[in-house]
Formats: sequence, C-alpha cells, structure tokens
Amino acid sequence: MIAMMAAPTLVHLSAVDLVIIAFYFLLVLAIGFYLKRFAKTGEDFFLAGREMTAWVAGLAFVSANLGSLELLGWAGSAYQYGILAAHWYWIGAIPAMVFLGIVMMPFYYISKTHSVPGYLQLRYGSEASGLSAITFAVMTILMSGVNMYAMAVVMKVVLGWDINFSIWVSSLTVGVYVAAGGLFSAIFNEVLQFFLIWFGALLIPILGMIETGGWHGMVARIHQNFPGQEFTHMWAPMRSFADNPMGIHWTGIVFGLGAVQAMGYWTTDFLVVQRVLSAKDMRSAKMAPIIGSFFKMAVPLIVILPGLLGRAVLPMHLVPASDLQPGQHSFNEVLPLMLGRYCGPGLLGLGITALVAGFMAGMAGNVSAFATVWTYDIYRPFIRKTATDQHYVAMGRWCTLIGLIVSIGTAYLVMNFASIMGYVQALFGFFIAPLFGTVLLGMLWKRVTRAAGFWGLLAGTLSSVGMFTLMKLDRSWVSVFALSPRAQGLAQDMYQALWSCVTCVVVTVLVTLVTKPKPDRELKGLVYALTEVPREEHASWLHKPVVWGAVALVVLVVLQIIFW
Amino acid sequence: MSEDHHIIPIWFFVGFLLLVYGFLILVSGLAEWSHPPNTVLAELHAPVWWGGLLVVLGLIYCLKYYPRGES
Repeated sequence: MIAMMAAPTLVHLSAVDLVIIAFYFLLVLAIGFYLKRFAKTGEDFFLAGREMTAWVAGLAFVSANLGSLELLGWAGSAYQYGILAAHWYWIGAIPAMVFLGIVMMPFYYISKTHSVPGYLQLRYGSEASGLSAITFAVMTILMSGVNMYAMAVVMKVVLGWDINFSIWVSSLTVGVYVAAGGLFSAIFNEVLQFFLIWFGALLIPILGMIETGGWHGMVARIHQNFPGQEFTHMWAPMRSFADNPMGIHWTGIVFGLGAVQAMGYWTTDFLVVQRVLSAKDMRSAKMAPIIGSFFKMAVPLIVILPGLLGRAVLPMHLVPASDLQPGQHSFNEVLPLMLGRYCGPGLLGLGITALVAGFMAGMAGNVSAFATVWTYDIYRPFIRKTATDQHYVAMGRWCTLIGLIVSIGTAYLVMNFASIMGYVQALFGFFIAPLFGTVLLGMLWKRVTRAAGFWGLLAGTLSSVGMFTLMKLDRSWVSVFALSPRAQGLAQDMYQALWSCVTCVVVTVLVTLVTKPKPDRELKGLVYALTEVPREEHASWLHKPVVWGAVALVVLVVLQIIFW
Repeated sequence: MSEDHHIIPIWFFVGFLLLVYGFLILVSGLAEWSHPPNTVLAELHAPVWWGGLLVVLGLIYCLKYYPRGES
C-alpha cells in the first residue's frame, strides 16, 4: 500500500488485514463480472429480474441504509446523545417498514412501476413525476459524492490512506461491478456487506459487555464518568426540551420522526424501495420490509451500544468535530476507536473491510438508483420515448459510469468547500417528507388531482427549504419551527419534516377541491378504492405478512418499555 | 434464488467469504497465541473463537448452497 502515510492514525493494519481487504475487492469484482451475463434486459438490469426472494430483498432493503456513514454517524450520535439515538432505529424505522409492507407495497407492486417517480407518473402525471425524478437524480448523485468523500476522509483518519487513492480505487470498483451486473450486483454486494458489518462489528459490544460487566456495569461507569448526565433512557428524558442532550420533546420523535420523516424515507425513498421492487412476487414484496424490520431492530446492538460503551470505557472524552483540537478525537471516531481497542490483526481487517464495504455499497446503491430514475423517469418520458429495451439497458450502463464520474467531481468539490457537505445532506431531507404526503394521499384518496399532486409536492419542498434557511440565518426561528430554542440539529430536522409534510397535505387538499379529478378508469391499480389487492386467505398464519408485521410492532413496544 | 437465470445463490458467496475470512482470522489468532496483540481483553483470544465461528458458518453455507451443475 504505497498510499499509506506516515501521519499518526487511529489503527495500524498488519499483513493479514491487508489480505482481508484485498480479498473483498477481488470477490466483488469477480461477482460483478459473473453477474454481467444475467443482466441483459431492462427488467434484469434495473430490477434484478424481479426474482429476489423475500429474504434477499429484505436484507438488501435494510442493508441499503446500513452504510458506513450511518454506522459511524449514529455510533457518534449515541456517544453524543446516548440511547436517544436508538429512536432512529426503532420508532424511526419499524412502523414505517411494516406500513410499507402491509399498506403501500401492494400499490407499488400491482402498478408494476420501476420506481417511485414512476408511480407518480401513473398516479398524477409528468409534472409531479418529473419534479420528483429530477430532484431525486440530482440529490442521489450528490449524496454518492459525499459518501465517497466521507469514506476517503475516514480511511485517511483511521488508516492514513491518501484521499485520492481511496476515492479512485473505490469508485472504479463500484463502477465496474454495477455497470456489469446492474441491480443484481448492487443487491449481491449489499447482502455480503450485511454479513460483513455484523461479523465485523459484533465483537465490540460482546467484548465491551465483558469488560464493563454487563449493562448495569456499563451504566454505572457512564454515571461515574459523566455525573448528572442522562444517556441510558429513551423516553423519560423527553418530557421537556431541557431534560435531554438532544433538546427534543417526545412530540418531535413521535410525530416528526415516527409519523413523517421515517415514513417518508422508508416508503418513498427509491434507493430503499427499489430493493423491495426486485422481489419475485407480491407476498415476497410484502414480507421483505417486514423481514428487514427485525434486522433493523437489532442494529442498535452494533451501532448504539458501541457508542454508549465508548462513554463507559474510553479514557479520553470525545468532542464535536467543529471543536476538534490537535490530539483530540471527534464523536464520529468512536466506532474506529472501539474497534482498535478490542481488535488485533485479522479482526481489525474484518472491521475495516466492513466499513469499506458499507461505503461502497452506499455508492453502488446511489448510482444504481440514479441509473434507473434517469433512464426510466427522465430519459424515456422526456427525451426518447420510443427505443428498444437494449437501448435503455445501454443507457443504464452509461449512466452508472457517468453518475460515478459526477460523484467523483462532487467528492472533490466537497473536499475544497467542506461546508457544502452539510448542505448536500440537508438537501436530501427537503424532498422526503413532502413526497410521503404526495404518495400517501395519491394511494388512499382517489379524488386527489393531477395539479394537486404537483403543487402539494412543490409547496412542501419549498416550505422545507424555507424553514431550513431561516433557522440557519437566524437562530430565533428555531424556537418558532422546532418549538424550543434548545432544539439541536436532529430535533430541528424532525419538526422541519413534520411542518413540510403538513404543508404538502394542506396544499394538496386545497388544490384538489378546486380542480377536476382523474376518471376512475385511469386510477385502477393505483389507489385504494379502485384496486383489488390479492387476499391471502389460503396461506397459513405463519406465512402472512400481517402476522409478522404485528409481531415486529409488539417487539418494538417491548423494547420501548425495557429502555423507557 | 433465480429459477429463470440459474444464478449461483448469494448465500454461497456469503459462505465462501465467511470461510476465507474465518480461516485467515483463526490462523492469525493461533499464530499470536503466545504473544497476544496489545488490545484490551487480548487474553480471551477472540480471533481464535471468532475465526472458528466464521469457519463453521462459512462451511455450512458453502455446503448447503454449493452450485450443483445448474449454472
């Protein structure tokens, strides 16, 4: 590794660690070349032939959100805010996943859409679909660049690798295997990544619990290290904004996160929904997100618990990245620090490979979703309406490569203007919450009109941008929108999502009342009142998605009570 | 996974990856048995039992999902 630098790093790799990392790159490239022969038609390339089992689609679904940015970021958030961060894995995910599987998936699946903007095209028309597709395509490719840059920075901080080396090696590898196998490659890699992340990170909580003497021992150490501060209860500290380090009230978590932002992300963000659309039949499509929900519930074990253990066992106190002084470590470094604390040669290579795989799977997810939305929702309806299937597959392959080149450009842009990174990540959030309002109203209310879909989505998005800008420019707006001057970044995001979705719904309803609805014959298979959803009366209760959805919700409630 | 395409199941690749990684970690753990690395709880020899676990799981997946002439 000629790119290894002499600068002090968090961990040092041995020869066996490098072999483990190199083997991962070789394996994913080999799988990509192997899968190329199967990705011939548009259905194959963009939707993996629609033949994934519920388990594969479910693991890919949850894995698409288990990238390294999330792992490092949420472990850091757990260190910063305590177990409150687990809300984003539990109430901020499980009800939405169950809702997607039971309520929304039948409409996506029966309409045979290739994408979420594709559903909007069928339900509303090209205005709402075009707005959604263009914003999604731009944001996805920007996020891929941010992901790429973040990976390069992590590799530099943790291992001392050169930033250019990390960017080019990872993006070329992702470009080759996604352009070869399309969504097949992306999904295969996501499933591999899922296992890597679990086996690479699970030793941290196991050894951490042994070191601290179990949960109670860990809590005692945290209280000893940080007297008077609350890090180990989920709901009790949210009676008021002042009682918790996040500055959030329980209404922000329940309504902002659980009812709007999580619903928006898990049910309308095409990056994750695309994985479920690859399922082989309706039952698999309904089961996939529910299977994913059980794994999602377990993720705090390898993300939140290491962050809490960091509070208990690390000899130094971590600080926000903005306050970092030489010799200090930021919150986001807690996971690599814990990895270095417990893992020697071999295990360290496995942990680092898991992080690299997470970053690469994130990039692959972004570019494969970008290629689909660009080809099917922008190029086909607006640029070239009639072409052969082979032409669209070729376009998808080129899009993958072009998307990666733009991502690399974005990575270098972010490198030179670091403040852009936060704004790009914020931009992505602007569209998710209002899009949920537009899609859900479209599915459940047949009266909603074409114009209402577009104007509601636009108004919701603009209101989100407006709130974000006002809160950034003048801190006094925080107490208006987030209901308290104490609200921190995450708390502000929750209320911003809530109000933008409310704006979208109100505008959609008002415009609907003064415009003409589509005739029923054009809405068959797209809205609740006009769609015959196949019943599963003959399936045993063990095979019914609704039963497992209910089990997931019961487990969720039990977890809330345990960690109240 | 794929009745139409006869693709080698993803689970076989998962098993192969776990098997190779388990073997490397296990051997590495045995090699450093008498000189454990400078990590917390190194005396528990985590690479040995964790590597062993990966080998066993990898073997199970590889044997169960070995592609038998379909591809």
